[in-house]
Amino acid sequence: MRLTQGAFSFLPDLTDAQIQKQVQYCIAKGWAVNIEWTDDPHPRNTYWDLWGLPLFDIKDPAAVMFELAECRKANPTGYIKMQAFNASIGTESCVHAFIVQRPNYEPGFFLQRTESDGRFIRYTIVSYATQKLPAGDRY
Amino acid sequence: MSQSVSERTRIKSDRYESGVIPYAKMGYWDAAYSVKQTDLLALFRITPQQGVDPVEATAAVAGESSTATWTVVWTDLLTACDVYRAKAYRVDPVPNTPGQYFGYVAYEVDLFEEGSLANMTASIIGNVFGFKAVKALRLEDMRIPFAYLKTFQGPATGVVVERERMDKFGRPLLGATVKPKLGLSGKNYGRVVFEGLKGGLDFLKDDENINSQAFMRWRERFLYCQEGIQRAAAATGEVKGSYLNVTAGTMEAVYERAEYAKELGSIVIMIDLVMGYTAIQSIAYWARNNDMILHLHRAGNSTYARQKNHGINFRVICKWMRMAGVDHIHAGTVVGKLEGDPLMVKGFYHTLLDVKTDVNLPQGLFFAQDWASLRKCLPVASGGIHCGQMHQLLNYLGDDVVLQFGGGTIGHPDGIQAGATANRVALEIMVLARNEGRDYVAEGPEILQDAAKMCGPLQTALDLWKGISFNYASTDTADFSETATANV
Repeated sequence: MRLTQGAFSFLPDLTDAQIQKQVQYCIAKGWAVNIEWTDDPHPRNTYWDLWGLPLFDIKDPAAVMFELAECRKANPTGYIKMQAFNASIGTESCVHAFIVQRPNYEPGFFLQRTESDGRFIRYTIVSYATQKLPAGDRY
Repeated sequence: MSQSVSERTRIKSDRYESGVIPYAKMGYWDAAYSVKQTDLLALFRITPQQGVDPVEATAAVAGESSTATWTVVWTDLLTACDVYRAKAYRVDPVPNTPGQYFGYVAYEVDLFEEGSLANMTASIIGNVFGFKAVKALRLEDMRIPFAYLKTFQGPATGVVVERERMDKFGRPLLGATVKPKLGLSGKNYGRVVFEGLKGGLDFLKDDENINSQAFMRWRERFLYCQEGIQRAAAATGEVKGSYLNVTAGTMEAVYERAEYAKELGSIVIMIDLVMGYTAIQSIAYWARNNDMILHLHRAGNSTYARQKNHGINFRVICKWMRMAGVDHIHAGTVVGKLEGDPLMVKGFYHTLLDVKTDVNLPQGLFFAQDWASLRKCLPVASGGIHCGQMHQLLNYLGDDVVLQFGGGTIGHPDGIQAGATANRVALEIMVLARNEGRDYVAEGPEILQDAAKMCGPLQTALDLWKGISFNYASTDTADFSETATANV
């Protein structure tokens, strides 16, 4: 399967040139940009690991691209995403997010159905990758 | 002293002598009135009957929507009636429209019960729209004072929190309404939900008239929809939802359906506007308490919102629904099959999404409005739109919108998944191009064609719906032009 979280997962993986243009867009809007990585891509895994702090007040996308390269070196096989934050009143939240690295093989998720009263079913989504191996060894 | 007691105690002042005197003279007109920050303001489009002075007509509207009746009553004198009287304070002729006037009215905030849309609207639109002295009357805009807004919950979830819960940022959300809207069995219905979500949509949606009919009772629909949602979430790794319509004949049944949806694990429920303002506020409080996104279908609105001379402008409904606490509201597409002048739609979007709204006459925003930190209500664009219009949709509607392609998903020749994928690819490529600084509006068709080279379903969709547009003139248009308002 292909994990389709993020704004551009239905497109071919973005090239570094394309990623840089998105970073430029975020910087021009005055947003902070950060990088996060994980090997547990569950749809409700809200907290991927931070690659350092979000980069505030940056002028040059190169600073972000450098950190992305460093993050890739440290996590050559996991998921990496880039996010942007808008601190202005009324938003104060994430305003852009897209995947910038994914594993070659994505085994996907198992849907666990627990039958309950009557026809009621409790659903649990489980990542195959997290079932097999501990964090750090999954992809 | 031969007078009787009733003669002796009769009120002597001109103002309170029994009989009928003009509303303006009764105190409902005050050209020098200085508007207070706490006043609720309303702007009416007034078409007075032949021979009725526009100032008197506006004063009559102020009177009939506040304290007045048709004749003088002495019991006014037992109240602080000067405070409770609404004041008409300004009348302007409508540009280029003989016989119509914009009448401004200010209302004391104490006229309205805190946190009650029903009470506020019972005053403002209660009796006055049937008043004989006006041929037609339309409520065009309102300024709700900050103090009064603070007594309303506002959207149960709001755009920001909805995006955080769904983990979807930086692009419009995508949806589709299950079609055919009536007649599918529960199992077949859930199939459409699964296919659409797996193909790339964020939401599927019940239609306004899907409740609990003989062909599909509501539990069937909920159970099969949830199966489809969870299967699609597992297949894509994304949070997905389908607006489960909980509208029913009684509020007890509404709550029963909403509770069931929650127990099943649904993230969103849906209601119809026709259920009424009190019911909407009630379910909005329930939604806030139960972490539920609340979708509103504006069923019925065009009966009073569409015609320009009489009724309620939809921007006022947007305001009221943001106060009432819904998270989504259908607010026009500009390019689709339903009514929607571009400038008017922009005004609706500002009303739903702004922290503070400025006066913008071409967009029909007559008052500045501070939204008092009420959350943002996400506009939904639905009705006759397709992926070939993606550049126009992104340009007109921006990022904070749910783009709903019903026929444009389910009508795809290669199936619902293919239709959904075509829409998602078209959306993502257009957002990418915009962010890269391309002139995506002008180059839109070319950008889509390039993307279609790597996405067969998109190519098929573009070929099928090529040139489909709905070029009818809008009935609800701007009175103050800045640019041409032709439909696109």
